[in-house]
Amino acid sequence: MDAAASRLDRPNSYIGRSVPRPNAKRLLEGKGRYVTDLVLPRMLHAAFVRSPQAHGRILTIDTAEAAALKGVRAVITGKDLESLCKPWTGTLDHFQGMKSPPQLPLPIDRVVWSGQPVALVVAESRAIAEDAAELVVVEVEELPAIAELSSALAPGADTVSPDLDDNLCFTSTIDSGGVDEAFAEAAQVVEQNFVFGRHTAVTLEPRAIVADYDPSEHRLTAHHATQTPYQFQDIYSRHFGIPESQVRVVAPDIGGSFGMKLHVYHEEMAVVGASILLGRPVKYVADRMESFVSDIHARDHRVKARLAVGAHGRITAMDVDDVTAIGPFSTYPRTSAVEGNQVVRLMGAAYDFSAYRGRLSVVFQNKVQTSQYRAVGHPIACAVTECMVDAAARKSGMDPFEFRSRNLIPDDAYPRRSPTGYQFEKLSHQACLARLREMMNYDELRREQAELRARGILRGIGIAVFVEITNPSPAFYGVGGARISAQDGAIVKLTPAGEVQCLISVTEQGQGTETIVGQIVADGLGVRREQVRVMTGDTDVTPHGGATWACRGAGIGGETALQAARILKGNILSVAGLILQARPDELEMGDGWIVDATTRQQRLSLTELARIAFFRSDTLPPGTQAQLSATYHFAPQGYPFAFTNGAQACHVEVDAETGFVKLLKHWVVEDCGRVINPLLVDEQMRGGVVQGLGAAFFEECLYSEGGQLTNGSLADYLVPMACEMPEIETAHIETPTRDTELGAKGCGEAGTAAASAAAMNAVNDALSGHGVLLTQIPMTPARILKALGRI
Amino acid sequence: MSDTLPISIDVNGETVESLVAPRITLADFLRQELELTGTHLGCEMGVCGACLVLLDGKPVHACLMFAVQADGCAVETVEGLTRRGVIADLQKAFHERNALQCGFCTPGMLISAHGMLSERRTLSREEIRDALSGNYCRCTGYEAIVDAIESTARSRTTKAAEEA
Repeated sequence: MDAAASRLDRPNSYIGRSVPRPNAKRLLEGKGRYVTDLVLPRMLHAAFVRSPQAHGRILTIDTAEAAALKGVRAVITGKDLESLCKPWTGTLDHFQGMKSPPQLPLPIDRVVWSGQPVALVVAESRAIAEDAAELVVVEVEELPAIAELSSALAPGADTVSPDLDDNLCFTSTIDSGGVDEAFAEAAQVVEQNFVFGRHTAVTLEPRAIVADYDPSEHRLTAHHATQTPYQFQDIYSRHFGIPESQVRVVAPDIGGSFGMKLHVYHEEMAVVGASILLGRPVKYVADRMESFVSDIHARDHRVKARLAVGAHGRITAMDVDDVTAIGPFSTYPRTSAVEGNQVVRLMGAAYDFSAYRGRLSVVFQNKVQTSQYRAVGHPIACAVTECMVDAAARKSGMDPFEFRSRNLIPDDAYPRRSPTGYQFEKLSHQACLARLREMMNYDELRREQAELRARGILRGIGIAVFVEITNPSPAFYGVGGARISAQDGAIVKLTPAGEVQCLISVTEQGQGTETIVGQIVADGLGVRREQVRVMTGDTDVTPHGGATWACRGAGIGGETALQAARILKGNILSVAGLILQARPDELEMGDGWIVDATTRQQRLSLTELARIAFFRSDTLPPGTQAQLSATYHFAPQGYPFAFTNGAQACHVEVDAETGFVKLLKHWVVEDCGRVINPLLVDEQMRGGVVQGLGAAFFEECLYSEGGQLTNGSLADYLVPMACEMPEIETAHIETPTRDTELGAKGCGEAGTAAASAAAMNAVNDALSGHGVLLTQIPMTPARILKALGRI
Repeated sequence: MSDTLPISIDVNGETVESLVAPRITLADFLRQELELTGTHLGCEMGVCGACLVLLDGKPVHACLMFAVQADGCAVETVEGLTRRGVIADLQKAFHERNALQCGFCTPGMLISAHGMLSERRTLSREEIRDALSGNYCRCTGYEAIVDAIESTARSRTTKAAEEA
């Protein structure tokens, strides 16, 4: 890392500075442009007919009455789209033995979850489309729903698809060796069973698409509320047989995504198909009830885990068995096995031990598909590990901080390979833990806890240490054959007015991607931040790239922007040298000027340089071709992932009479390497923590035994609200990665990764002495009272 | 359903006369007929608060009202409040504190905040959190929103004291 880049005392030094987001102002005036708001000429509206059955054989679909309704333009079924769209299969080659049934936009002969779209009505308005959808009659022979894990895995069980021999999508085992020996020799063994409920993203803007196929040019434009426009350009091209260059995907303002909006959904594919069939723009916006039964769900894991502790309270081994249910097929193109894979690989990641065994079983069932949602697998691995670590500390009679300090990988013991195969460049567990303890005033909290306990008030303090996967290389998806880019691309250009534009493939969902890219470009070039305009989210505008997921916007996108800015700076200085008859290395840029590198005296404004280069190139020496646009592509090299780490603490008060938990305070210390904008990083922490606390206390997709979602509305499914959430204090340790010049790693998932673990430990701490241990989330009042034997 | 009814609503200070289907909600009327897309729809059942507008000065869910029910009323949306400049300080506080990410809940948050700040001069953080209990935000974790409203309340109180 160039030390100069982090200094805040020189002009245009923006890296490390808290600055607000320029693009937030229009959102504050109600002028956001979401796909939901979009209206195109000749646009039609789509509504879906959905299966009420969780599993069944389609006998007939009668569309006559619906098609006859005034204003209806088409009623489309699976057969209409079958020839238009190549089926997709959600497997990755590096998950050996993985299988999944092929999928089509709309089913031909079988429904496999309650809520599955079966037919599509396209009409002049959404209201007419919905009226007509009610007139479509789908006759289904109901089959037994395979809803629960136990029924899916029972010997001789029915399968979710006739193409499958069993309901196992994928299994894998990691075994470092030495596990049985370590358990045999252990001074103590902790053994616990965990249940992690299903929850879902509940983005405030539901999924939305306007597909606009123009037959005259054989060209598709999809205005699609997604994180990953390039991935969808590729998918629409390949599955609908349209040349890639003829597919444009535009992702404008997006009302939240959190991983949910980067998967392929049947509705979006059907709407693209409908636009191709009709040659007109077709709009679909999910309503909230549809979101609950069609957006991906996440988690749904049952984990059996054992932890071996040797002499002196040292962890010696972990043995973990994770079974996860994913719905009737694996999601495309990222699959539904990544979460489980990360669960078994992140177990115990912060701790210094070498004997590990993890087994993973990924199971089909008749519920909506599960897949990657914020912090994929991390919350489960973290909660299992940290809950067992707390139990081991209790058994050893040790304070949770003391037990962790004794077992964490020391900060000076890097690089390091985890027993699950992850390579850690450099982490800072000890520094984070020490900072956490100081920030939360731990000793005082313990004193207060004891005092209140004497008065019958049950307060609990929970600690959780975490490791987060960021900056993924092609080791994530590319090696598995998925056409998902690990690289990003940026064009940085000087305009004739001497301003700067940056077109970059990472995308914005409100986390501040455009802001940090603007900071990095302004910093790298030496111009004011206000002079840089950043553009994202349009495959016709920016170079191809992976976009924003798995915490890669800052680490990969940021480095891409930095290097593009460096190239442009070099080009500008060489033109400036010709104009000023100076050597380029005697010149610098600052505040939009070419300045003398030593004296910082202003020599030539960028405006003047641009004027000469663009309009009076005749005055430059013969042979000069000023290159005032620079392109750079960057793919991570070196470590396959840039791991980050941190520690969280949660302070709660449990009412043993009602089972209610009051969240008093939450603390986060995290290390995402170089912090580009502390204001935005803190917001990522807080937002992430609240999503983790939602999972810990409120959020769960509840199903009947027959596979019916029973709480699929925002009145029934509980999300965390302002009045229930605590104040969240944050702090940062900075350990930049040396794999890039920028040194940034990701920070978007850290909050979610450990919040539910800290909350679980806090509740169990509050209830210690009551002989209960909660190992299921969400920890609802009913579950707490049940654990206490009160109900 | 093809029948329409005449309505006259004062929307952001201008009289709007229209023939509307009885089943169109106020939110859909604002968004589709008047292209006031700052009013958002998140749940269409009065839970999430994204569709809040002011009806005769009080925050209401535009998704739970039919447009015909607003006949003869004054409706103000985030666009109207912005144009009048009455929430400029609140918007500035939200911006500086980064009290928004995706921005989808933001218009509703501003309407709620405007509502509570119009009623009360001093608000504790707990009171602010309580008053936001009908506004769902998935991105921020709420703390920055509470900060922005708290700082606006404080600066308005200071300003009022100086003017008194």
